[in-house]
Amino acid sequence: MAERKPLGTTWRLAATVGLAVFLLVGPPFLSPYWIGLLTQMVILAILAMSLDLLLGYTGLPSLGHAGLFGVAAYGVGILSTTYHAGFWVSVAGGLLTGIVLAALVGLIVSHVRDVYFLMITLALGMVLWGLSYRWIPMTGGDNGISGIPRFESHAGLPVTGPIPFYYVALLVLAVCSVLMMRLVSSPFGLTLRGIRENERRMTSLGFNTWVHCYLSYVLSGAFASVAGVMWAYYNGFVSPTYLDLTASSELFLMVTLGGPATLAGPVFGAGAIVLLKNVMSAYTARWLLVLGIVYIATIMWAPQGLWNLGRRST
Amino acid sequence: MTYFIVQTLNGLFSAALLFLIASGLTLAFGVMRIVNIAHGSFYMLGVYVAYTVTSRTHSLVLGVAVAVGVVAAVGYLMQRFFLRRFAAQPLAQMMMTMGFALFFRDAALVIWGGDPFTLTTPALLTGSMSAAGIVFPWYRLFVIAVSALVGVGLWVLNDRTLIGARVRATVDDPEMAAATGINVSRLSGGVFAAGAGLAAFGGVMGGPILGGYAGMDFDLLPLAFVVVIIGGMGSLKGALVGAVVVGMIDNYGKALVPELSYFTLFAPMVLVLALKPTGLYGRA
Repeated sequence: MAERKPLGTTWRLAATVGLAVFLLVGPPFLSPYWIGLLTQMVILAILAMSLDLLLGYTGLPSLGHAGLFGVAAYGVGILSTTYHAGFWVSVAGGLLTGIVLAALVGLIVSHVRDVYFLMITLALGMVLWGLSYRWIPMTGGDNGISGIPRFESHAGLPVTGPIPFYYVALLVLAVCSVLMMRLVSSPFGLTLRGIRENERRMTSLGFNTWVHCYLSYVLSGAFASVAGVMWAYYNGFVSPTYLDLTASSELFLMVTLGGPATLAGPVFGAGAIVLLKNVMSAYTARWLLVLGIVYIATIMWAPQGLWNLGRRST
Repeated sequence: MTYFIVQTLNGLFSAALLFLIASGLTLAFGVMRIVNIAHGSFYMLGVYVAYTVTSRTHSLVLGVAVAVGVVAAVGYLMQRFFLRRFAAQPLAQMMMTMGFALFFRDAALVIWGGDPFTLTTPALLTGSMSAAGIVFPWYRLFVIAVSALVGVGLWVLNDRTLIGARVRATVDDPEMAAATGINVSRLSGGVFAAGAGLAAFGGVMGGPILGGYAGMDFDLLPLAFVVVIIGGMGSLKGALVGAVVVGMIDNYGKALVPELSYFTLFAPMVLVLALKPTGLYGRA
């Protein structure tokens, strides 16, 4: 990617700083409804960034990414309700479930690319959805699992209300962002970009591209699991809708609308989609119709994502 | 023994429907390199349009004709005005079809509501045949026969006609095909429309048994994808083999281990991917 000074750099910087300041100091002045929305945006921002590692940086379009996220959420749900596990066990269990799953799925998908990768992740995502839907003794089927303890009480924090959880989520987002930014600018991250641009060349340079793609998938799954664990606590229940194709496609749109391979873009993409979804729900129940139109409009007019508007694509 | 024959026939029925649907998907992929997420929507729209027509006119033949015509036209317009400008950009095309899939899904809910229904079986084909202790519905046999005919038709079209030669040339190398004077974008439009029509046809053929319901589009999509992944993208023969494999496994899986019905489907896909990532008859 040619490093030329892009148009509107100042705008991007201003947007980032503005968003960070707002996320940090804004919530105490907002109503619980808006704090809830912001919490959703923050958690889904982690998820969107995790997909960006895969889609944007490695060039592997996963259409089943919500599956990893959802399975981690189910891990928390099942551990904390059926097995009455404590906080740390639930969190670790949820993360581990997601990561182990990513490690297994990664074995299957890491040697395919492009549209093959897309179709296979889509099919695997549907399998996970089918599992959550039909393995009723474990997952509660269509009803899902409710009664996940509140985050604060489960963690033994002496606070209540939406604000503390919001700040915990924000902290997790900050940590994950730093880790992912380090990751994509590390030699490993640069190798991933090399594979995205020209895998054959990377192979002939001596890189084991399979291992890189595999690690990229597992790491991406790990961050998605973090988001899944947070999401389970945020909602207090888990259901198959977390990992269906609609969820995966919403996620895909967050990254594409925001701007793939930017990390910051998907954060804004996640915010935009959550905001749009909730604002639209006040007027119409036809969210999928709107989502479909946004999808088409994005591809028509901002195929590189909003974050890259005014920037020359490579 | 009787049990196995009936289950095998049931499996063939599923395979027949899957072949109708997956052949369109695989052809569009071969010619345009497009992963069409809206393919399940074409299947769904086919059933719904046929439902509207048959409930007004009580003619399944008319229902089939209108459904295939309408859905093929929708497919053509989609290709002409939305997909063609993104030729050779598989990801943009996929996302475009994803947008349409979501749009159609919700639009169908608005237009037809969420109530499930089945199409009426044509009077000529109601009842079951019984021979040697085996009882099997006529209609299912009819679908198997029709699908076989369509398969033969597609093979003849693909292997024995000028259009088929152009399609095969484009599958092999779109740029070279264009250089020899084949109008690739017009051909793509035709193939995409035909694929949409085939999906709709499959939907209507399955309509008297599987019916129509909200969410059927995304239920079918992974099945069609697994067929195409197993068979190899872009190959008609692959679609046939994949459909039989998936139809049989799905059917026996549901009959023998119903709880694992999703896994029995997914196992052969993993196996094929591990041994031959491009599918049984696919080319890299």
